[in-house]
Amino acid sequence: MSDIPYRDVDVEGEKPGWRIMEESYLGERFSIWSWLTTTDHKRIGILYLISTTLFFFIGGAAATLIRLELFTPAGDLLTDDGYNKVFTLHGVVMVWFFLVPVIPSVLGNFLVPLMLGAKDLAFPRLNLMSWYLNIIGGAFAVWAMLAGGVDTGWTFYTPYSTAFANSHVSLTAIGVFISGFSTIATGVNMIVTVHTMRPPGMGWFRMPLFVWSIYATSLIMLLSTPVLAMVLTLLITERLLGLGIFDPNRGGDPILFQHLFWFYSHPAVYIMILPGMGVVTEVITCFSRRRVFGYAAMVYALLAIAVIGFFVWGHHMFTSGQSMYASLTFSFLSFIVAVPSAIKVFNWIATMFRGQITFEASMLYAMGFVGLFTMGGLTGLFLASVPVDLHLHDTYFVVAHFHYIMVGGMVSAFFAGLHFWWPKITGRLYPEIAAQIAALLMFFGFNLTFFPQYILGNIGMPRRYHAYPDAFQVWHVLSSAGAVILAAAYLMPLFYLVWSLIWGKRAPSNPWRASGLEWQTDSPPPKHNFLTNPKIEGSVYDYHPAQEPRREVSDD
Amino acid sequence: MGEVEIVLPAASSAAVSTDGKLLGLLVISGLITLLVASLIGLFAVRYRRGSKASRDRLPNWFARDLETVWTLATVGLFVAIFAWAASQDFALAVPPANSVEIHVVGKQWMWKAEHPSGQREINELHVPAEETVELVLNSQDVIHSFYVPAFRLKQDVVPGHTTRMRFHTEKIGTYRLFCAEYCGTQHSAMIGRVVVMAKEDYADWLTRQPEGDDLQEDGKKLFVAKGCAGCHYGSSKVRAPRLAGVYGSQVPLSDGRMITADDEYIRDSILQPKRDVVAGFEPIMPSFAGALSEGELVSLTAYIRSLAETETAR
Repeated sequence: MSDIPYRDVDVEGEKPGWRIMEESYLGERFSIWSWLTTTDHKRIGILYLISTTLFFFIGGAAATLIRLELFTPAGDLLTDDGYNKVFTLHGVVMVWFFLVPVIPSVLGNFLVPLMLGAKDLAFPRLNLMSWYLNIIGGAFAVWAMLAGGVDTGWTFYTPYSTAFANSHVSLTAIGVFISGFSTIATGVNMIVTVHTMRPPGMGWFRMPLFVWSIYATSLIMLLSTPVLAMVLTLLITERLLGLGIFDPNRGGDPILFQHLFWFYSHPAVYIMILPGMGVVTEVITCFSRRRVFGYAAMVYALLAIAVIGFFVWGHHMFTSGQSMYASLTFSFLSFIVAVPSAIKVFNWIATMFRGQITFEASMLYAMGFVGLFTMGGLTGLFLASVPVDLHLHDTYFVVAHFHYIMVGGMVSAFFAGLHFWWPKITGRLYPEIAAQIAALLMFFGFNLTFFPQYILGNIGMPRRYHAYPDAFQVWHVLSSAGAVILAAAYLMPLFYLVWSLIWGKRAPSNPWRASGLEWQTDSPPPKHNFLTNPKIEGSVYDYHPAQEPRREVSDD
Repeated sequence: MGEVEIVLPAASSAAVSTDGKLLGLLVISGLITLLVASLIGLFAVRYRRGSKASRDRLPNWFARDLETVWTLATVGLFVAIFAWAASQDFALAVPPANSVEIHVVGKQWMWKAEHPSGQREINELHVPAEETVELVLNSQDVIHSFYVPAFRLKQDVVPGHTTRMRFHTEKIGTYRLFCAEYCGTQHSAMIGRVVVMAKEDYADWLTRQPEGDDLQEDGKKLFVAKGCAGCHYGSSKVRAPRLAGVYGSQVPLSDGRMITADDEYIRDSILQPKRDVVAGFEPIMPSFAGALSEGELVSLTAYIRSLAETETAR
């Protein structure tokens, strides 16, 4: 059996590129109005891509200021209030306007209907509304920033946020509240789509794992985001109307806020990471040319994380004075929720075993994801251990830990997915070598930025400090130096991806010879996704024949 | 640039055992990271496209059993780590026979400590070495967190709650004190130092401090000045319960419950008198929330506690 030609795809019989473009969702009509009123999931995906990119660079600018300030121990660049506002802005924007929507709403929107061979999501107009809610929410957050900022940290801890902060807390909280409804709308849409629009022949256990990950994420969105809405309502009520809910001077209890907030915000961590796991699964299978190892285990792991993730919130509160038995229970559950994540890591690695691996940029990002996610997950075990957490809680160790998951993990996964589906989304190929360089830069820049923060946390550097003792400076300098590399690595794709829109080579319908249904239609897809019904043959990841071993001709 | 710091001193007994856990976790996670990284690297090289490595069909046991094996192995490992870490909590939960109790109040943006015999300090805490110290922590405004990295301990200081932090000091020295919970503008300036001194030096230090009134004396004055004495004084049991001997006893409440009159109960009764009304009395006491600072509450509580001590002594 000879090796199938790779990459130099047979374009005979395909329509000429200009016709594909003209008939595609992009070429159909080009007016701002047609884009702003579109109900096409693909166009909404693009709208989300533009808005999340914008928010990513706002949040990134804030991160740049933080790293510049921390270059020296003295608080010399920003004032103390200025610094507090900058890290709050960074957190609020990155969490709610970048990390939560980025994969479900950009890639999920674009791909879920295509992967299911469907014309659109179940509720196209709800989908458009969800984008508007997201940018209205974002506009409130940006308004709060321009009006003078907010200085509570993204966690809005009471009673500081309700009785002491003299900044635009309510405005920001309203923005986050509104964006929560956007999340809920997306969640409902995805759940209904997966339940009702799977094509004949695609049972639950034949769905691509990316769709499974979006489904599991949507369940969490739907069940946890209302709690965020409630806690923000209570916060605004106390702040604006003076009702005593969290403020002890008015008969409230500040700890109640923490329970409600983390009951949302811990599951929200899984909202942010599960879609990344879905992307990475698609990418690793494709570039290893292997069926995914342990499909069923991958599905159950996603669902287990989604369910158990609701019962671990108390591990954010080990130092709050909660009872030792509560802490130990939450500690135990936090160790248990790490098990399905470990299973996924092993399965990704086993998928590479005996593959035919190539190293396109998406694969580099995906391999980086597995490594960085593993480190982020393992350091989570430190924080799940009560005595160790008493030391590391609210230090830079925690900062490093969640950036390994959120940036090393989720952002790498987003870039993996963006590169992987870029030809499908835009009809253009991106320049591969530039992309590979960016992927490697991101990996090294990321480690240089955040690894020193583990050490900083361990020697006792607390979070959210504007100025710090001299002894910590070495590690902060390393971290800031890494941030420079990281910033360059994030700017590179902005340039070469935009470049590829105009000068990039036209993409064939399936440039990676990947197996999903989305690759059976043109690149970019026509308005209603498929001109002929896509064929569902074999299993989802049919990269190697089921029974026959895949051998090289020269082997044996 | 200051000197490079990478190893923290271990100044409490908790620090020693926490460092053990930290080291264990570091070794385990280092090995797992190494395993993951080397497998990825190995497979990336060995199974790069077109390499000569065998792509024979996977043996049946591979797919079937491997998943089970690593799932069980991970569960086993994680539960074992949990149990190991949890054992330390149980060890620390045993109350010590005797301890030095120091009251600490956090406020934007300073730490105020009051020693049992009335000595006060700001942003500093002197404690004797090789002694169990119990901090009783209150906040006057927002949440703070009392963090001494050299002790590997932190405890949030929550307004409306009384939290406690217990540590057994080991090594003499001066250590950093941080506020670890973001508390507003000058959060990063809410720092200080903890000085662990030899017992004799500590006793010496105490005597060298300006002679302030001790907490009980202070509380006694407040008891009169704030009008508590009007109802609670002497043997009058008409409007309010007598406070002599109350501390540490079981108090019957009007709704039938029993409650132990500890620091927290006394504090709550001053701030929210209608919550736990003593059986046989009308809920007529006004709340003193806002009328007393955290420091004054600490003094009043100390005075009421002293009433119990004189009672038992008699």
